[in-house]
Order: sequence, then structure tokens, then C-alpha cells
Amino acid sequence: MSPFLRFSTINKSFGGIHALRDVSLEIEGGVIVGLVGENGAGKSTLMNVLGGVLEPDSGEIHIEGTSYAPQSPRDATRWGVAFIHQELNLFTNLTVAENLFIDGFPTLPGLPFVDRRRVRRETEDALHSVQLEIAPGTRVETLSPGQRQLIEIVKALRRDARLIVFDEPTTSLTSKETEKLFGIIRGLKAAGKTIIFISHILNDVEELADFIVVLRDGQVQGHGPIGEFPINRMISLMVGRDIRNLYPERSAHDPGPVLLSVEKVSQPGIVRDIDLVVRSGEIVGVFGLMGSGRTELARIIFGLDPQRSGQIRLKDRTLSPGQIRERIEAGMAFVTEERREEGLVMDLSVQSNLVLVTLRSFLTRFGGLTKPGLIAMESEKIVEQLRIKTAGAGTTPVKSLSGGNQQKTVIGKWLLSRPDILILDEPTRGVDVGAKYEVHAIVQKLAENGAGVLMISSELDELIGTADRIVVMSRGELTGEFPRDSYEKELILAAAFRQSVVMSEETGAGGAV
Amino acid sequence: MITRNKVYNFALNQTTLLLFAALFVIFGSLAPRFLSPSSFQGILYASSTLGIMAVGITLVLLTGGIDLSLGSNMYLTGVFGHLLLNVVEVPVWIAIPGALMVGLAYGALNAVLVTRLKIVPFVATLGTLLMGRGLGLVITRSISIDFPDSLTGLRNVAFLGIRLPVMVMLAVMLLFHFVLTRTQFGRQMYAVGNNGEAAAKAGLRTTRIVAGAYVLCGLLASLAGVVAMTRLGRFNPNFAAGDELFAIAAAVLGGASLFGGIGVILPGTLLGALMIPMVRSGLVFVGVDIYRERMVMFAIVFLAVFIDSIRKEQMEKRERRTIMKVDVEGESR
Ligand SMILES: Nc1ncnc2c1ncn2[C@@H]1O[C@H](COP(=O)(O)OP(=O)(O)OP(=O)(O)O)[C@@H](O)[C@H]1O
Ligand SMILES: [Mg+2]
Repeated sequence: MSPFLRFSTINKSFGGIHALRDVSLEIEGGVIVGLVGENGAGKSTLMNVLGGVLEPDSGEIHIEGTSYAPQSPRDATRWGVAFIHQELNLFTNLTVAENLFIDGFPTLPGLPFVDRRRVRRETEDALHSVQLEIAPGTRVETLSPGQRQLIEIVKALRRDARLIVFDEPTTSLTSKETEKLFGIIRGLKAAGKTIIFISHILNDVEELADFIVVLRDGQVQGHGPIGEFPINRMISLMVGRDIRNLYPERSAHDPGPVLLSVEKVSQPGIVRDIDLVVRSGEIVGVFGLMGSGRTELARIIFGLDPQRSGQIRLKDRTLSPGQIRERIEAGMAFVTEERREEGLVMDLSVQSNLVLVTLRSFLTRFGGLTKPGLIAMESEKIVEQLRIKTAGAGTTPVKSLSGGNQQKTVIGKWLLSRPDILILDEPTRGVDVGAKYEVHAIVQKLAENGAGVLMISSELDELIGTADRIVVMSRGELTGEFPRDSYEKELILAAAFRQSVVMSEETGAGGAV
Repeated sequence: MITRNKVYNFALNQTTLLLFAALFVIFGSLAPRFLSPSSFQGILYASSTLGIMAVGITLVLLTGGIDLSLGSNMYLTGVFGHLLLNVVEVPVWIAIPGALMVGLAYGALNAVLVTRLKIVPFVATLGTLLMGRGLGLVITRSISIDFPDSLTGLRNVAFLGIRLPVMVMLAVMLLFHFVLTRTQFGRQMYAVGNNGEAAAKAGLRTTRIVAGAYVLCGLLASLAGVVAMTRLGRFNPNFAAGDELFAIAAAVLGGASLFGGIGVILPGTLLGALMIPMVRSGLVFVGVDIYRERMVMFAIVFLAVFIDSIRKEQMEKRERRTIMKVDVEGESR
């Protein structure tokens, strides 16, 4: 019998880059396949070929023995292939219901008009099936990233697909939402669907998948049942060498003078009475659940969002609220969480993006001309260190990079500015294991040279591995502080969950305050 | 509690209404005659051509494009109307649909340039703007033309006191209001304008949708041309030249965004289309020198575009926000 899905010698190139080389693969029906690989390995490209977004240069796909060559996403849908893309593809100006039905509205009998009642009802049902309490008429622009991601998933599921591809679906989900998603995925498997799940969080892959496929440089490096692929084997196949530690060694040492001090900073509804210092040479981790106010705090510190009261000082200078330029000039840098939207100029080259903030340091003394040689050299260094995969940093527009490589570019941009205070918001989300290590290594080097680092993450292991001190946020307040010698996972988590855990146990009603 | 922020947001979101009300109050208090019924009727009548054009422009703006060729389209429609009525001498009820074919073809040409040849809309329609007028001038040898009474008589047809040009405008607006709010095609135009790439990935026929907007815009432009011919009775080589800018201004004043994906016909484009003749006649009532009129007009257009870009910025900011309240609920559910 032929397998459910078969790729035979698929090739795909983009200009100079061979994104897929002779990919041949067989996948059984009714299983969850974990697809892993470094940033730029070709995972999304392979799935885009499967989903009719891209046409392969050569090769064939068969579904249940029948030749399948989708010309468009529409074709793929007709074949029962659903695709949840790495980036969100919702229309923010439309309602949730309209987003679900945009490719085919039911109409009133005999009229060209949309049957709004039916759309509303079916949307309610679909949302209900994943326990999402959102009104169908809500505009997508008002939803949180996690809610949007779930809508995207509901949208794909509504089509009654046989094969569902999830390309890094958990990057903007809270831990609760992630659990919910895993429940949904398992339910789909139980209903006989085949799932392809792409993620850089290998623990998630291990937890969920039955079968593993590892890609490297557009080639299949290995595939087989999950039992044969413990995480360290996945990693060594992914990066082509052994990685002993996930994070560079961090030893205890004495921090220098205070660089950044945040005093009693409040903004109603966002954060309350935040007191925080970051010293020279210190890496301070900020742990908190999504929505605990950590991103908001970082944005306030960087002057992107307003603050009602309190003071922020950098070295001995009091920063005025909302003055971003002042901060950059004083040596502050901020790697945002929403890197694609906030951090990049998509049509410019990797190199131009890298030197965007530091352009001034590349100007000749007279006349303000740039020094192209120096720019090329410095950006080449970063490209190499972070292993940004690109056909040529000087020419490749950032928008043609893989998702993870785009992220690395943003990080690189700020690293290049050699900041005194570096704020990182989820710096390694969507970044592969090898590059994760590099990011942390560079951050440590900055700290060694006297910079102070504030690193936000929702991966506790990552913070425990790399931070000198961890502060915990919950509901807009600091709820705990842990020096390196007293890291204890349970305690840190308890501080992060503080209110919600206690409340939900006591009231049994979901703990809304 | 009413905060400054809320007032600000309200002002941003209700710009059209606020501007409309402001013009009303200003001109009304400066020149009480401005508020007379006959003045309103005049404004309504004067807005009919512009209103129809603005509907077409709104469709194109929704998809994230622009059409600069409306005036030339109208001119060429007039030229063919003249050939049919004055040279071939067919009856009006054949000449009008015949002339409208010009608009259809014009729109189709724009659509091909934009969607097939992938020329930037601004450049493509600037090209057809020059080409269309050029072709018209070659045919007419740039003489002025009078239309027969069989056509111009139509402007006096009225029903319940509403004259035919106004009726045509209102019918067009009503029709396209329903197309945009109630049909799949309409909703998909909003989707394409919001995120073209995502629309393609969702399996929408984006090329057809965008092409449809240009074709409809072309058709509506020539309908506006017919209405203008009916109203004016004669036309010269400058007929409708530059009017597309006022149509774009009307659409933007009505809340349509130059960045795509935002805009409504009712009440938006209607109010926008009323505002322009309102300012014109208001200035006359107030006694402003007609040479200053243009400056005032452009100040208003500039204001509209300025507000549009502020609104866009605000929206992007809002989109990024993960408001604590929302997420707190998410966590505790
Ligand atoms: N449209 C495009 N134009 C040019 N190059 C492209 C394009 N799409 C992908 N590539 C290149 O193909 C390679 C594979 O990219 P792909 O997006 O498949 O990686 P990925 O495995 O999904 O990585 P990530 O984990 O970062 O999402 C990358 O080097 C990328 O730069
Ligand atoms: Mg990818």
C-alpha cells in the first residue's frame, strides 16, 4: 500500500540558494510528524510547496498514491491540505467571523448577499469547539497575539482537512494556550488526521510527535519514529555537530555600578510600582507569563509607551518619558518581541538592516559619507556569528529570509550598536538551538565588557541557564526576585502564577481579579 | 470617565463627521444663506458627478491601489458620446450605454496594467491619464462640442423633487454600499487591501478582485462623465481634467485610507463628496475670492490625508498592544 503522503526528489531554489535538495520522504497517515531543522533549513519552503504557495523546480508529491501538484493554496484546500503559516495571515480590518469565511461565504438563497446569520452561527460553533470565548463580530485588530493565533488555527480546521501543517504555531501563545493547542492537535490525530508540526522548542516536539523528520540545508538528515530521536540526536542532526550545552557557561561574578534604575514606575492598567536595577556586567532575567506586563515594562523603559508616574535613570541621567532617541544616544538598545513588524525594513538588504541604528558610527568624519568597506566587514562578522543564512548580506532583502533568520537580523542590529543597556524581549523565540547558544554567548560577552542586560523570556530554563538574577512579574507587578544561588524552579513559577494559582484554587472560578 | 485619550480617539475615528459638522457650522454662522434649502439642493446637485467618481475611487483605494485616470476616462467617454449622438446620430438610450463601454475598456486597461504587467498603480494610471486625453484630442481636434437636447434634457427629469443626476449618484452609492458590506466580493476587497499576501495564501483570487476594482472604477468614471455631459451640455478639451484629484480627496475625506483596506460608501464617501461642493459654495457665500478657493480646497485635502496617516499610525500602535486585561483573562480561563 502506498503511504499517505510521499515527497519524491523535491528541489527548490531561490536565486543562489538551494532551499530544498532532492527531498524524498514518506509519511504515514494518522500520525503527528515533528519537522525540525535550523533556521533556513527549508522547513517552511517544503511546507509551502505542499500547501500550493510555491511550485517546486522539480519533484513530485503523492497523496494516497495519487499525484498531487497544487497550483495555488486553493488547490491544496480542495485536496484537504490545511496550512497554518509561521506568520499570521489574518485580516485585521475584518471581524473574526469574516476571517473564517473570507474564502467562501454562504449566501442567502437566490441572492448574492452573505448569509450573515449563518456565518455568525457557524463561527460561534467553530470558536466553541476550541473553547474560545470571543464574539464572532469582534474585529481581529483588537485581539491579543495568542487569540489571533488560535483564530488562525480555527480557520484551518474549519475546512475539514485531512492533513494539517502547523508552522511554529506556539511562538505567540501563552502556556495555557499552548496546552490548549496541544489538546486540539491530539484530538485531530484521534480523529484520524495527519499532522505536520514545526517547532524550535524541541521539548514540545518530543512531547507531541510520533515521527521525526530532520532537515538541514534543504536535505533530509534523518527520519523515523520518535523513539529513535532523543533531543540530543535531533540537535546534532540539525546542526551537523554535537552540542553539549544549550547555553554557554555562566559563572557567578561581581556586578559593577548601577547602570539602569527603574523607580516606582506605574502606568494604570499596565504596570504598578516597578522598582528594578540593572548593574554593569549583569544579566537580569525577567520571567513572567505572557500578559504579565513584562513586554509593557520593557516598552516603557525604552520610551515606547507612556508612564504615569515614577522615574527611569540611565547612569546618572534621568530619562524623560517617551524619548526614544535620547535613550539610544545614551546607549540603550531594545530587541522587541514583535521583530518582524517593529524591527525590520523588509525591502532593505540584511546589511542595511544591520547597520540601521549604528549608521552614524560608519560615517566618515567629513561630509557624512558612509564607509561601505567597514559596514560590509562589521555586518559580515555578525552574519557569521549569528549564522544568519543569506545568499549575500549586501543584496538579499530581509523579506526573503526564513522567519528565524529575520529574527537573528534584528538581534544582530542591536548587538552591533554595542549598547550599555540591552533590553531583550524573548530574544530566542523562533531561533534554532545553535543560534540560541550564539545569541547568549554574544550577550555574555557584552556583559563582560561592562554592559547591563535585561532579558525577558518565558522559557524559565533559558533564564536559569543564563541570567545572574531573575525577577518575576505577574499582573503588572514584581512578585519575586531570585539571585543566582537560589534559583528554584518551583518558587519562581509560584511567584509568576501567584495570583492566578491561588485564586483559581480558592474560588474555583478562573481567578479573574 | 472621559479621558483626553478617548476624545482623541473619537476624533480620529469620526473625522469625517466632525469635519462635515465643522464646515456646516462655520459656513452657516458666517453666511446664514448657506443654510437655505436651495443652497443644500445646489450642493447635492453639484456633488453628483464627484460622488459617482468617488465611489469608484473608494473601491480602488480599498484594494490598496489608486486611479489617476478618471478625468481622461470621462473626457474620452464624452468624445464617444459626441460621436454617437452627433455624428452617427443614434438615440440617447443607445448612446449612453455605448459611451459607458469606453469606461469599461478604460478600466480593463488599467486592470491589465496593474494586475498582469504589475505596473505600480500610480504610474500605470498616470500613463492612461495622459494617453486617454491625448487620444480624445486627436479625435476631436480639440474643439468644443455641444450635446443635443435629447441628452441635456435628462438633467431636468426629477422625482419627488430629486433630479436625475442626484438620483443616479444615490443609486450608485446604495448599490455599492451593499456590494461592499454584504457580498463576498466586497468583503474580499477589504481583505486584499489589508494584507494582499495573506489573501493569496487564503486562496482568494486576488488578481480578479483587484482587477474588478479598476474595471468598476473605470465604468463609474464614465458614468460620471455621462452625468457631467448631461449637466453641462457642452464640453471642451479640458473637460474633467484634474477632477480625479477631487474624487480622491472626497473619498479620503470620507474616511477611505490611502493605505488600503479602510473605507465605507455610506455615510463616508457620500459625506466626503458633499464636502467639496460645500466648501466651494460656502466660500462663495462668504465672499472669498475665487482664486483663493483652490488654496482652501487643497488645505482641506491635505488635512484629510494628514489625518489618514495619523490614524494609520495609531492603528498600528494599537495592533501591537497586548493589553493586560485581555491576556489576564486568557491566563485565568
Ligand atoms: N521567497 C524567497 N526568496 C528567496 N529566498 C528564500 C525565499 N523563501 C525562502 N528563501 C530561502 O530559503 C531558505 C529556506 O527558508 P525556509 O523559510 O524554508 O527556512 P525554515 O526552515 O522555515 O527556517 P525558520 O526556522 O527560520 O523558519 C532560506 O535560506 C531562505 O532565505
Ligand atoms: Mg520557517
